Amino acid sequence: MTDAIAIATALRQHRPRWIEAIPWILGIGGYFVFSDQLAFGSQILIAILFALSLDLVLGFAGIVTLGHAAFYGTGAYAAGIYAIHVSHEPLSGLLVAAVAAAAVGAISGLVILRTHGLTQLMLTLAIATLLAEAANKASFLTGGNDGLQGIEIDPIAGLFHFDMFGRTGYLYCLIVLFIAWLFTRVLLASPFGQSLVGIRENVTRMHAIGAPVGARLLITYAIGAAIAGVAGGLLAQTTQFVGQSVLSFERSGEVVIMLVFGGIGRIYGAFIGAAIYMIAQDQLAKSDPEFWNFWIGLILVLSVLFARGGILGIIDRLRGR
Amino acid sequence: MTLALETIGLSKQFGALGVANDIHFRLEPGARHALIGPNGAGKTTFVNLLTGRLAPSAGRILLNGEDVTRASQAARARRGLARTFQINNLFPALSVLENVRLAVAEHRGLTTARRALIEEAYATVTRLGLSDDALTPVRALPYGKQRLVEIAIALACEPTVLLLDEPAAGVPGGESGLILDVIERLPAEMAVLMIEHDMELVFRFARHITVLVRGSILVEGTPEAIAADPRVREVYLGTRTHG
Repeated sequence: MTDAIAIATALRQHRPRWIEAIPWILGIGGYFVFSDQLAFGSQILIAILFALSLDLVLGFAGIVTLGHAAFYGTGAYAAGIYAIHVSHEPLSGLLVAAVAAAAVGAISGLVILRTHGLTQLMLTLAIATLLAEAANKASFLTGGNDGLQGIEIDPIAGLFHFDMFGRTGYLYCLIVLFIAWLFTRVLLASPFGQSLVGIRENVTRMHAIGAPVGARLLITYAIGAAIAGVAGGLLAQTTQFVGQSVLSFERSGEVVIMLVFGGIGRIYGAFIGAAIYMIAQDQLAKSDPEFWNFWIGLILVLSVLFARGGILGIIDRLRGR
Repeated sequence: MTLALETIGLSKQFGALGVANDIHFRLEPGARHALIGPNGAGKTTFVNLLTGRLAPSAGRILLNGEDVTRASQAARARRGLARTFQINNLFPALSVLENVRLAVAEHRGLTTARRALIEEAYATVTRLGLSDDALTPVRALPYGKQRLVEIAIALACEPTVLLLDEPAAGVPGGESGLILDVIERLPAEMAVLMIEHDMELVFRFARHITVLVRGSILVEGTPEAIAADPRVREVYLGTRTHG
């Protein structure tokens, strides 16, 4: 192999591939094919965005968390409260959601990144629980048990009204997801993102080559929190309601399940896992309303036992890689 | 002249056990220095103190004249101290080029253009004769070549001080020549400290030898002086118990 070829091959490594267009083709196609279910479609897109943010934290920074809903909920409440008390404008609302969640991520990250393993897991759980309890107590601001109601959102850019069929909401979520995906992808292909892979693969060596590991992880945790906050903000804006469940343990656990299900540490696991989980949950809840949680649990057990690496892991094995 | 690396009264105690006792060690720029000693002499502890994996109980460490006693491993690496590991400590799933590129990126800064990083990493890989394996995952390489990747990563940081922790450990006899060739071609201005058991390698490489026994420096000198020193013979030939 000549030098020029080796360098060119290495440079091509993160180039976009055609297969990466599939989620967006499906996303746009879904808008036309399932035009009567766009509200549900928005929920799927939000779940994907939430799972994508977790992939950054869990899959790339290697931070084991059962409290990721802390950021989702912070974003949802921040966007909702901003809409009620400050402005109905949606884009600035998403920004507020991102900044609020990133702040919570950076501050809690200072604590949790000092720990590892089980301690870290329990701390993430504790922080999410604390936030949930705080939101419950601060009912003057959050609506407490009744949830945050009366959220009104202006048309996007003054042009696109949020309609009752959820068309605008769906496209809004799709575009925000696209931007977040693009950002994540560029970030992970950058030397910063590659250093995260290095930290995941061998942290001892990263210390030895001079990488400020703690600072890298903290930045990543805050970015992951910000994206989760945007997902929460989208939920608040498109459903015009924030319930206490946004900060719940169930929400934190669910997003981990989605990601494990799709495949951790590879961006697209979030897309596949969240989409399939949401659709399966919807179908099972319709056909077996009392028992659907059992089937979700069974699928999870089977996928952890027999499909390590999630659905993308299965696809890899089928392709013989 | 500023020393590349110096320890002043460096000590480390685990409880009552002193594993490094008042070590005064000097490494000059461009040195080819070997640290030897029987098993349990405290060589690994000394390396861990130098690199910052362990904090000393007493004493100071100067790197290019700067006090780094309290600096983290990463901070020392950024100030010019690179090391290789006794047991391969690589990124097994990544290619040789990616392994080296990670080190180049830390050295040049993460805002450096990808092409520049890749080209520089490739130049280092080529320098070590690994260009044919540049795109091969490290775990697919034979152990001897993996040892070279260890050195390549360290060199990518362009260190002023290079610690080679048993660079030929675990390498089959036939491949150890490759490693020695690379070591002999290291930049002349780089201070190199090798920790090694293999006496043949030590005497081919070193212009200066320090013998460590039970956490203390027993003797220092040229290879000829060390080879002739009766105390060293005593330690190595085992007329005195050691462990």
